[in-house]
Amino acid sequence: MTKRQLLMKRYIFPVALAFSLIVGSVSVQASEEGGLPAAGTNVQDQASLQRGAKLFFNYCVGCHSLKYMRYERIATDLGLSEQEVMQNLNFTGAKFGETVVSQMPAESATKWFGKAPPDLSLEVRAKGADWVYGYLNSFYLDPSRPVGWNNTVFPNASMPFPLWELQGLQTAEMKPVKAGADPVVEKLVLSQPGKLTPAQFQQATRDLTSFLEYASEPAALERHHYGIWVLLFLAFFTLLAAMLKKEYWKDVH
Amino acid sequence: MANVFTSIGDWVNERAPNMMPAYRKHMTEYYAPKNFNLWYYFGSLALLVLVNQIVTGIFLTMNFNPSAAGAFNSVEYIMRDVEWGWLIRYMHSTGASLFFVVVFLHMFRGIMYGSYKKPRELVWLLGMLIFLALMAEAFMGYVLPWGNMSFWGAKVIISLFGTIPYIGGTLVEWIMGDFLPADATLNRFFALHVIALPIVLLLLVVLHIAALHEVGSNNPDGVEIKKGPKGNRWDASKPADGIPFHPYYTVKDLVGVGFFLLIAAFIIFFAPTFGGWFLEHDNFIPANNLATPSHIKPVWYFTPFYAIVRMIPSFLGSAVWGVIAMFGSIGVLFAMPWLDRGKVKSIRYRGTGFKVALGLFVLSFFMLGAVGAGITAEVMPVWFGDIDVTFWENLFGRVMTAVYFGFFAFLWAYTYFGWEKTKPVPERVTTHD
Repeated sequence: MTKRQLLMKRYIFPVALAFSLIVGSVSVQASEEGGLPAAGTNVQDQASLQRGAKLFFNYCVGCHSLKYMRYERIATDLGLSEQEVMQNLNFTGAKFGETVVSQMPAESATKWFGKAPPDLSLEVRAKGADWVYGYLNSFYLDPSRPVGWNNTVFPNASMPFPLWELQGLQTAEMKPVKAGADPVVEKLVLSQPGKLTPAQFQQATRDLTSFLEYASEPAALERHHYGIWVLLFLAFFTLLAAMLKKEYWKDVH
Repeated sequence: MANVFTSIGDWVNERAPNMMPAYRKHMTEYYAPKNFNLWYYFGSLALLVLVNQIVTGIFLTMNFNPSAAGAFNSVEYIMRDVEWGWLIRYMHSTGASLFFVVVFLHMFRGIMYGSYKKPRELVWLLGMLIFLALMAEAFMGYVLPWGNMSFWGAKVIISLFGTIPYIGGTLVEWIMGDFLPADATLNRFFALHVIALPIVLLLLVVLHIAALHEVGSNNPDGVEIKKGPKGNRWDASKPADGIPFHPYYTVKDLVGVGFFLLIAAFIIFFAPTFGGWFLEHDNFIPANNLATPSHIKPVWYFTPFYAIVRMIPSFLGSAVWGVIAMFGSIGVLFAMPWLDRGKVKSIRYRGTGFKVALGLFVLSFFMLGAVGAGITAEVMPVWFGDIDVTFWENLFGRVMTAVYFGFFAFLWAYTYFGWEKTKPVPERVTTHD
């Protein structure tokens, strides 16, 4: 065996092992989210974030807060002016530097829905974008539930569906019930169209999920911005170090 | 300028004559074997990560609020409102996981090339103590963000001590300072995580390196360069196969550092949660003693040990056996220098039995990790359809536990009874790159 072949043999195993570990862990992760449609969000898409923010502040903030998110930060990151944010997104009279707090008192919320609506600052980090997107698309009418709605992604959720006028009304087609088993939803059908077509509604919920994904980690924008330069620098540094090493090791035999 | 440095050097030398020789002993005149390969990067990388953890940890401490009411909020404050706080936190959290990556590889290197064997038993023992301290440090650090997985992880791990007969219950309360993980628990874990354990770790690392430099490094051939011919370009009395650590291995390690930082930076900037493996989804939910996460599991680096605790059934009315087995799985590593009686150090010249056993040992470690992380429970129904997952997972996990411990039993018997057929070890170190 030549020296080169020896080297190849010695290095190929650990490198292959490391690579397969990374690929393996990522694919396990992918299979974990099985069953949910891909959200297809992109936090780099500023227009999508702006549309999502608009939806959030029109339909969600009545009940859900973003207690770690400041209006000022939203303005900076979404490319909006102070005036735009304060007029179009802030309906509570909060100051520009304050965080997004819902108008609903927690006590009455608990009385109305059984539990206070959760803060959504970290929802996407806790559940994943696919889950949130799937959840928003999976509400159906269910008269047996207290608020009249149920959800296939989060069964027996206590939340009524605020986007129904956009999506329309979905009803569930049930699978034939086996004896002793709970009824299972076969599929959801749109029984009454809403203001948006199904494609438009999917885009709207994708925008909303994008905005929540951004809200759960505003630093993601900075990360991606700086990351590429850091990697380029390190690649250059490694190259220099490798050349330095080669030079120094010339006389080691 | 040069004169200023020389005179400062002389001034110090007059007052502390042993200080410069110490630098020489550990750097410019530490003669390391010239045939180190890829596996020899991980020691210096572990040191690099330790420094990273300490430096980023100091900055995190400045804004972290160690109380049950404030911890979670203060972490989000660091992530959002502290300038560059997100970077510091991701460097710390990614560093914690990568610490275990490099330490596992470093330990595997030691087993592969017999670095624990005479005369390096003390180096190995100190290294194992570092590993123990690191596990305690990582566990307590994981509790600090006070997410729901922090809380439930702490509860499950601390309650392991509750299985100890008679004193268990009292011990658990004593550790937590409450009946549940609470403010008192978080406060003491913070103190231990930022002061006590880092001091212990640093001391042990200094001793580990000092002990290593007394006996000299092993190498991929397992040849003692100090016993070989003398005389190299720098010193006629030093090993012919040795080269000065500085500059040769400092520049070589710099290349390793470069590659390592590339991987670390990629994770920090583009996948800081690493798909839920480095920062778990359930830990973005604040601690809640009324809402149990659907799967309570430790972070990935504890999963093999956690699997062992889960796989050992309770008997004689006690669940303490699993806990004993878990600590035993680490404790048995301490005994490596005395279990393995083979005279040949490096895997290159050891018998086939050793190679196969080591391969199975690594496999069992990964498979136990998969069991502990809940991967097997998830994959089994997908691959095999409608089966009794608990039964098959237990069977699989127990076989893997047996393989894990079997490695040590086999290694002892294999070398004690002289069954190992070794290859001749060369007189001098062979290839280098």
